[in-house]
Amino acid sequence: MTSRALRIATGVGSWLVTVAITLVGLAALTFFIGRVIPIDPALKIVGDKATHEAYQKVFLELGLDQPLYVQFWRYIAGILRGDFGISFQTTRPVLQDLLTFFPATLELSTIGLVLGVVLGVPMGVASAYWHEKWPDHLIRVVSLVGYSVPVFWLSLVGLFVFYYKLGWVAGPGQLDVFYNGVVTRVTGFILVDSLLGGQTDVFWNAVGHMTLPAILLGYYSLAYIARMTRSVMLDELSREYILAARLKGASELRVVANHALRNAAIPLVTIIALSYGGLLEGSVLVETIFSWPGIGNYIYQSLFAADMNAVLGGTLLVGAVYVLINTLSDVLYRTLDPRSRGQRT
Amino acid sequence: MSVVSDPIEDPRRALRAARLGEFRVFVRRFLRNPLGVVGFAIVVLLVLVAIFAPLLATHDPYLPSLGKRLSAPSAEFWFGADELGRDIYSRLVYGSRLTLFIVGLVIVTSAPIGLIIGAVSGTVGGWTDRIFMRITDVFLAVPKLLLALAFVAALGPGIVNAALAITLTAWPPYARLARAEAMVVRNSDYVAAARLAGASPFRIIVFHVIPMCLSSVIVRVTFDMAGIILTAAGLGFIGLGAQPPLPEWGAMISTGRRFIFDQWWVPTIPGIAIFVVSLGFNLLGDAVRDLLDPHLRQRR
Repeated sequence: MTSRALRIATGVGSWLVTVAITLVGLAALTFFIGRVIPIDPALKIVGDKATHEAYQKVFLELGLDQPLYVQFWRYIAGILRGDFGISFQTTRPVLQDLLTFFPATLELSTIGLVLGVVLGVPMGVASAYWHEKWPDHLIRVVSLVGYSVPVFWLSLVGLFVFYYKLGWVAGPGQLDVFYNGVVTRVTGFILVDSLLGGQTDVFWNAVGHMTLPAILLGYYSLAYIARMTRSVMLDELSREYILAARLKGASELRVVANHALRNAAIPLVTIIALSYGGLLEGSVLVETIFSWPGIGNYIYQSLFAADMNAVLGGTLLVGAVYVLINTLSDVLYRTLDPRSRGQRT
Repeated sequence: MSVVSDPIEDPRRALRAARLGEFRVFVRRFLRNPLGVVGFAIVVLLVLVAIFAPLLATHDPYLPSLGKRLSAPSAEFWFGADELGRDIYSRLVYGSRLTLFIVGLVIVTSAPIGLIIGAVSGTVGGWTDRIFMRITDVFLAVPKLLLALAFVAALGPGIVNAALAITLTAWPPYARLARAEAMVVRNSDYVAAARLAGASPFRIIVFHVIPMCLSSVIVRVTFDMAGIILTAAGLGFIGLGAQPPLPEWGAMISTGRRFIFDQWWVPTIPGIAIFVVSLGFNLLGDAVRDLLDPHLRQRR
């Protein structure tokens, strides 16, 4: 028993080390991009018409006279304290901005992911089951279009058709203008907050605004999920245990759902996690079209204000969430797959 | 020297005949996949359009004619005119060059970087391997578009910088792939023979390991091209890729997006071009993978 406990402990330990190294690497990347590439950050702040004294003052304040590793250490220490610097654009700490904008992104991409999973997994299964028959061809085309189409362009066209021409959905933004500021912020998720406040009219208004971007993101993740599910299921359905189950007289539904899909579920966890990460990223482009008050739009606006603190803070946050989702899927994978139990991690 | 030589007596000739035969089988199997052929046709068409752009264009892609700004598609402007009265069709035709330029630049930079890092890592092993793979993992763990975005934001917008930024995010999968191949090759007899014959590690990596990793990396490259096109278009759309007046497709959507409600063709048509080209590369990539993937081959 103690050896088992020890093994789990070292497993968790080495896993934590891996996550930590990846996160430090991520920070090193943003540090490199932010501090090393623009040759002189101090000059960027004071401008090229500043006096030499002003320049020197900023230069010393930024700690640019220190060796690089000291600068990097200060950067990491700052991040650990939650100090991402000040956004020049909003004149607030970047962390505060990120916390304001992140829930909107998380809400949108989570709904997109749910749509993608609920539709994508059955589509992938059907595609594999009727391999090389018409359902397979149809589903393959649908998902092929999904991962070939530029998502920002599809958003524009969707807005044109479903908002402007047909009027089925509400336009850009999270709410109609006159609803702005009426919801008390509790969680930051507009759907949850409006229900908590009992404002059902706001809730339905938000649903109308969310429908189109959520469906677009859902389609984007559906394309990937259906395609990967198909290939995983094809692999499982060609195994011998499937033949054995059929020979024993198991119904087709049972063969597909109980035997093949349960085995496919393990790689599917990784696939779904990956597509969640992809959605967080894809939302950057979609948010700019729908004027969605999320992190993607924040990064986009900051890019044009040349506000590197905000850009890098946003990148770091999304990157960290991405890493955490990936690791979480790794853990799930290990718990779900009996073969990896009791093995060296 | 006889004109007709016996293939058995001339091994080089026999080898060539065998390769030709293999190629014929490959082509025949490729032709059996209609979607793959469509993809191939789209890609060939793209290359031809890029080569013959001056012949195909009906207008100067840069010459504004403000009197005709935002004209609807017509006999004069096949796909309409943009906000400066430039012919959208001609701009699309010239834009194909930019698309190919970005894809080409990303591939010739990212594939060799990944190949070298992976081959060295897999062959040498030990701490080199561990450090290289940690770095690769970090790059794999970061969201690609965001990293490219931050990178271009720091470097300054531009078509070359955008390509470099995509390279920065595109090499890790190649490194992983090359490493996996290299670890197999490393233990093979002919590498041991080369080592015994006194070949330096450098020579082994360059002449014996890298050639073996090439084919899988090339397959993966065909597979990635659509993604590169979409990322490049995304950067162009955000305004960090090719700068005006260059007719880059993503940038064309970006400048045209404010006309979506009244002159829908301005942003819509470049998007169709991106979609068709990326679809073509995806179809081609799928077909190539189906042909070369040994798992799939067995199932047929």
